[in-house]
Amino acid sequence: MKKLKSLLRGALTGLILAIALVAWSLLPWPALLGLAVAFALWMLLTRSGRQAASVAGVGISTLSQRLGSSSVVVIGIAGVVAVLVAMLSMAEGYQETLRRTGSDDSVMVLRGASAAEVMSTLDLASINVIEQAPGIARGADGRPLASPETVVAANLPIKGGAPDEDGSVQLRGVGDRAWQVRPQVKIVQGRRFETGKREVVVGSGAQRQFAGLEVGKQIRLGNERWTVVGVFKSGDAMDSEVWADAQMVAATYGRGASRNSVVAKLSDAKQFKAFKAALAGDPRLQVDTTTTAEYFAKQSEAMTKVIRIIGIVVGSIMAIGAVFGALNTMFATVATRAREIATLRAIGFRGVPVVVAVMLETMLLALLGGLIGGALAWLVFNGYTASTIAGGVGQLTFDFRVTGALLWSGLKWALAIGFVGGLFPALRAATLPVTTALRAL
Amino acid sequence: MKYFHLIWAELMRRKTRTALTLMSIIAAFLLFGLLDGVRESFEQAGQSANGAKRLQTGSRLSFIQTLPQALHGRIGQVDGVKQVTYANWFGGAYQDPHNQIFSFAVADNYLDLYPEMSVSKAQRAAFAQTRTGILVGEGLMKRFGWKVGQKIPLQSTIFPNRDGSKNWSFDIVGTLAVTDKKSGGWYDQMLLMHWKYFDESTPYNRGTVGWYVSEVADVNRADRVAKAIDALSANSDHETKTQTEQAATASWMKQMADIGLIVGSIMGAVFFTLVLLTGNTMAQAVRERTSELAVLKTMGFPDRSVLLLVLAESVLLMLIGGVIGVAIAGALGPIVATISGGAINVPPIGLGSWTLGLGLMLGIGVLVGLLPAIRAMRLNIVDALAGR
Repeated sequence: MKKLKSLLRGALTGLILAIALVAWSLLPWPALLGLAVAFALWMLLTRSGRQAASVAGVGISTLSQRLGSSSVVVIGIAGVVAVLVAMLSMAEGYQETLRRTGSDDSVMVLRGASAAEVMSTLDLASINVIEQAPGIARGADGRPLASPETVVAANLPIKGGAPDEDGSVQLRGVGDRAWQVRPQVKIVQGRRFETGKREVVVGSGAQRQFAGLEVGKQIRLGNERWTVVGVFKSGDAMDSEVWADAQMVAATYGRGASRNSVVAKLSDAKQFKAFKAALAGDPRLQVDTTTTAEYFAKQSEAMTKVIRIIGIVVGSIMAIGAVFGALNTMFATVATRAREIATLRAIGFRGVPVVVAVMLETMLLALLGGLIGGALAWLVFNGYTASTIAGGVGQLTFDFRVTGALLWSGLKWALAIGFVGGLFPALRAATLPVTTALRAL
Repeated sequence: MKYFHLIWAELMRRKTRTALTLMSIIAAFLLFGLLDGVRESFEQAGQSANGAKRLQTGSRLSFIQTLPQALHGRIGQVDGVKQVTYANWFGGAYQDPHNQIFSFAVADNYLDLYPEMSVSKAQRAAFAQTRTGILVGEGLMKRFGWKVGQKIPLQSTIFPNRDGSKNWSFDIVGTLAVTDKKSGGWYDQMLLMHWKYFDESTPYNRGTVGWYVSEVADVNRADRVAKAIDALSANSDHETKTQTEQAATASWMKQMADIGLIVGSIMGAVFFTLVLLTGNTMAQAVRERTSELAVLKTMGFPDRSVLLLVLAESVLLMLIGGVIGVAIAGALGPIVATISGGAINVPPIGLGSWTLGLGLMLGIGVLVGLLPAIRAMRLNIVDALAGR
């Protein structure tokens, strides 16, 4: 009978725990704020609340005597939060860089079924048709704002690599309208390349990644020597590219009059449907049309997902480790304070205030750990630059982004770990028979 | 070993605490097993002896640039080259352009240079006879639930078919079994088709190949052979760059991401936390037993034995937890692969990871046990018994 009772109680605790954790992860912050306010009111206004507050006060004021074991909870949880936030900020930064690259009112036209820009080819006839499609905005000179572009993966020496070690950079051959289609691209040093010359401008990200991309220097692209005449900055994926005159790039890489893609600015984002329908209905064309926002979102989708999954799996395993660490510490804390707690209960304190007090202590430590971990991740990783191969061709540089939302979810994890780690020791403290506890030690 | 029962009894003194500590250790080494497997597979990509024997010749301009097929015969005649084969990207995708597959169009003798992949004799013959035949890696078969004999549609994200559409249809004639499990993650997901069929069907290729692979007779002369191959097309419009497959894979991996750094920092954080957790538990356990240790000493146990007893306890705890953790990581790998349908491949845990893991268990065990052990060794019997 007794066994059955304890079994039932265990199952019930597990159930409550599971519900609490699910609710915790799903509830938005206003609801949680409301919960916190309700809890504070309970502590201030009710009798058992005030009891809980005074017991917790005693526990917290004696924390300094248990500095060693309490710091285990703090550091363990800080580690979990730091790792989790760092991994997620990497995914966030990667996604953000690609998200910023596209917009809803610009479109990219590729040959049908091409997964990426570099795999597509459009011949001159198709390009002419696409440029005349309805919906494209017109520049000051009355010509449509559409830019046919050549994209190739070019080899360049990596900074800090072995003498013969090449990396792959995305080389984009553009015409004069590319600058109008992408107004965010700004020259920060030097000047634009001149049409018909072997001159390049390099993105600031590419400059960081590859050797010899300084203004005035010469680099080797294809079988030719090119002069770097400028550096541009755009704050998005273009930063990782090298731009040159489309004619010259096409000539160097044997592309003739064909181009990889047409990027165009629409007069209005609402024109997209009509534009797409017009191209799809044209029997001369076999192309895929996407908004650039959609194109870059799709490009980043898989990678972001993989980084996120890895982050959460690693974080979860570490969190399990930290939960057991916290359990260990809190069980020890309860054990050393067993007599004190039993005395409190003997003089009339009920179980609930004791449970709340122990929980409060753990949650406080967890909160501290979460804050430290978040701060650590922010200090070390916010703005940290990494790079990877993207779109199947070139290096993409991106910055880690530790956002407020990430810090908040890190904090939620910390408190959840604290909750689990504190619950069982708290229940033990509250249910241990007073007589047994008084005899302890 | 004489004192094993003593150490065991000490561990079982507080079952809850031991169990909880054990769980933390298991979690840490589970993570270690998973991450180190990934790190090792990155490091070992292309590092096999075969990888050093094979030279890859690609365009110097860019990896998407093709080379003339006529180079095949000329490379074959370079002194020191045993046999040459070539391949092309196909850029295959199944059902969705983003569902990409490692698919190559290869020359007939391609498999001869890759002993890592084995195909049964009958299937190899079937492949040779079927124009539209493809060989598919075991993992890839499982991922999409394909069977030998099936006709499958593939989209190419690069090359149109003769009719101008990107839809190709192939017959699966055989399975590529991976003989070297370590590098299996790569070959397992591969799909091979006939270069000839590919070249005839697409209007875009016309007798060009993506890259050549040549096997050198003597590994030590690989550098010289590579230079000789590059000399063949120096100053032409298709200059080449030749390097061993090892070097090529390594530099490609390096560009993917600085995996080592990220994995390293995660492991650092994990172990720092772990050392702290276990160290604290050990200190607590010894503090609690002060009087017992004093009794041991009174009975005549020398200081050194007491030190070793405590050390052995922490090392044993670490070993039990660590071995279980790494073993779980090993068991988890195939499960993850099955659940994700082969999309995520966790490599099996190799000897290297086990050795490193065991080393870490011993090292951390000694590290966290040392302070409490020294404390136990220096215990003054009279003070300890008096409870001071």
